[in-house]
Amino acid sequence: MSVIEQGVAMSTTAERKAVTGLPGAVPSSDWVIVTRGITRNYDMGGEVVHALRGVELAVRRNEYVAIMGPSGSGKSTLMNLIGCLDTPTAGEYWLNGVLVSRMADDELARIRNREIGFVFQTFNLLPRASALHNVELPLVYAGVASAERKARAKEALERVQLGDRMDHRPNELSGGQRQRVAIARALVNRPAILLADEPTGNLDSTTSEEIMRVFEELSTGGQTVIMVTHEPDIASHARRVVVLRDGRISSDEPRDVFVASLNARA
Amino acid sequence: MTLLDAIRLALTQIRVQKLKSFFTLLGVTIGVMFLIAVVSIVNGMSKYVEVDFAQKFLGVNTFTLRRFPDFNGGNVTSETWKEWQRRPLITVEDAEAVRNALPEGTHWAINDMTWGNPSTQYRNGGPQSLVAAVSAEYFFIKNLDVERGRVFTEQEEMVGAPVVVIGKETAETYFPNLDPLGREIRLEGLPFRVIGVLEKQGSTFGMSMDRQVIGPFHSALKRVTKSRRGLYGVMVQGNTVVIEQDAQEAAREVMRRRHHLRPAEPDDFFFETSESALSGWQSIKQVLVVGGIVLPAIGLVVGAIVIMNIMLVAVADRTREIGIRKALGAKRRDILAQFLVEAATLSFFGAILGIGLGFGLSAMIKAWSPLPSTVALWSIGVSCVLGAGVGIIAGIYPASRAARLDPILALRSE
Repeated sequence: MSVIEQGVAMSTTAERKAVTGLPGAVPSSDWVIVTRGITRNYDMGGEVVHALRGVELAVRRNEYVAIMGPSGSGKSTLMNLIGCLDTPTAGEYWLNGVLVSRMADDELARIRNREIGFVFQTFNLLPRASALHNVELPLVYAGVASAERKARAKEALERVQLGDRMDHRPNELSGGQRQRVAIARALVNRPAILLADEPTGNLDSTTSEEIMRVFEELSTGGQTVIMVTHEPDIASHARRVVVLRDGRISSDEPRDVFVASLNARA
Repeated sequence: MTLLDAIRLALTQIRVQKLKSFFTLLGVTIGVMFLIAVVSIVNGMSKYVEVDFAQKFLGVNTFTLRRFPDFNGGNVTSETWKEWQRRPLITVEDAEAVRNALPEGTHWAINDMTWGNPSTQYRNGGPQSLVAAVSAEYFFIKNLDVERGRVFTEQEEMVGAPVVVIGKETAETYFPNLDPLGREIRLEGLPFRVIGVLEKQGSTFGMSMDRQVIGPFHSALKRVTKSRRGLYGVMVQGNTVVIEQDAQEAAREVMRRRHHLRPAEPDDFFFETSESALSGWQSIKQVLVVGGIVLPAIGLVVGAIVIMNIMLVAVADRTREIGIRKALGAKRRDILAQFLVEAATLSFFGAILGIGLGFGLSAMIKAWSPLPSTVALWSIGVSCVLGAGVGIIAGIYPASRAARLDPILALRSE
């Protein structure tokens, strides 16, 4: 990693601590995600499960972060919170300078529509709709007019090299193509963060590499990417790796450090 | 999401599942079909009874002074009937006394009507005809015009000239391929000369209004109609409704005096008007209208239940789709609108189909039964609104369930 890259894309641990440590303070605009002591409890038939026990996370614009952890570590819960699909039991979550942790359903829907681009393990495309229509969907809910919608969806599909597959339905596309449609859909609203949940979980290793290259290009192009995965090889594509354990961040290090420690363990 | 987007989405959904959609909207279709058909029957009959019957048979702004009602709707108790039979007859003297008491702007005519069997040298025996011995103004009051020849004059009526005006069918029956004008027609052996043929009148309740023989009251025809045993009625027409009302009051006063009625005693005569004649019809119409509401309502309720079920299944089937849409930014009301519009569109299609079938049913009824039937324009509008309305009502519960789904759980569903 070059010095410049480190300076621009990465923030020091001390800096992040400063950002996450001030409850109520509005983070400066280069911080896309700031969480301050978020917890999430589930009531499972009278028994309270603590999925997150105070997570402090700060992500700067244009970072490429992998969130890792064994199952039960709370990484899915964290992903749902970051993706504004859920709200924390306690703590603050600032997304792009807006406090979203206390928002109601419909406000969260608006935030998801504008700020988050989801990429799922199972693609989650509408099976009966064409690739183009699938990509158009976020624009439909953003209230964009039909003609502009089509143009922007087309552009997004071309960005992921699927300009010639626009009228195909998901079942007429390969797994990698489907995931690229999903990436085009995630990007079409120019979101603040691209949030990927095990994006290669249903793909073979060659296709996985292909998707990782797309992520790499997007990151290079300035897109903030958060990727949740349990595979270390996939996580090592990111520039920063956050590991969760028992609902807390157990480590948060640059890729090189993470890879080195992986190798050391191996 | 705009309404247009929602409708487009609903149409796609319906196109994808054609057969299922068809069965879904069957209930609404049948409901609307009945609605259109029943309303068209009621509508057709109303028009027929209120315009054709009441105006042709009884005249506009007209009352007929009678001993008792002729059109009584059929529900008369035997006590009432006995009371009617005890009433004094309406006589020529009564008729003339009434005429002398009438206000300005009225027309008066004796109408002594019965059934008779005319005969000519060309034909003897045939269907019964209406035989009426009338005053000259009868033609004016009933708005009767001749197609050929002329009606009789007041002079002819005064002197009792043996002339008659006959209906079109009577002319064709008794003078086959002949010009009836100037020829003789007999009633109970008495000869009358035909001087006019009426325009085609059509039929009322299956009774041809073209089989009639109308002659001057003071002619021998009054023997045929047995006027000495009481007149069928005395017709009075006012130029306006108000004049008609005044005339009725004047006639009432005259009749009460002539019958020596004390103030507390009720009238022992009756003024038949199109309203009084139609009171029986109004009750029939109410039954029909209630039927016209209940039958389609059953169809629509069944339709609504089916749509609700299908929509609940659709919500369950498409839970993941709902999750995806929510993740991508669909608000509750977007999901709500999507399913409501889908239900409404589905149901609206059912209504459109039902309107088509209703037209067909109405045409079939008209062609194969004596019931007149005309599709009422308003029933089409009501059907469209009902169709969409049923869909929306049936869709509320499934759609609100869809809208309330938790996106995380919805995304996880298979």
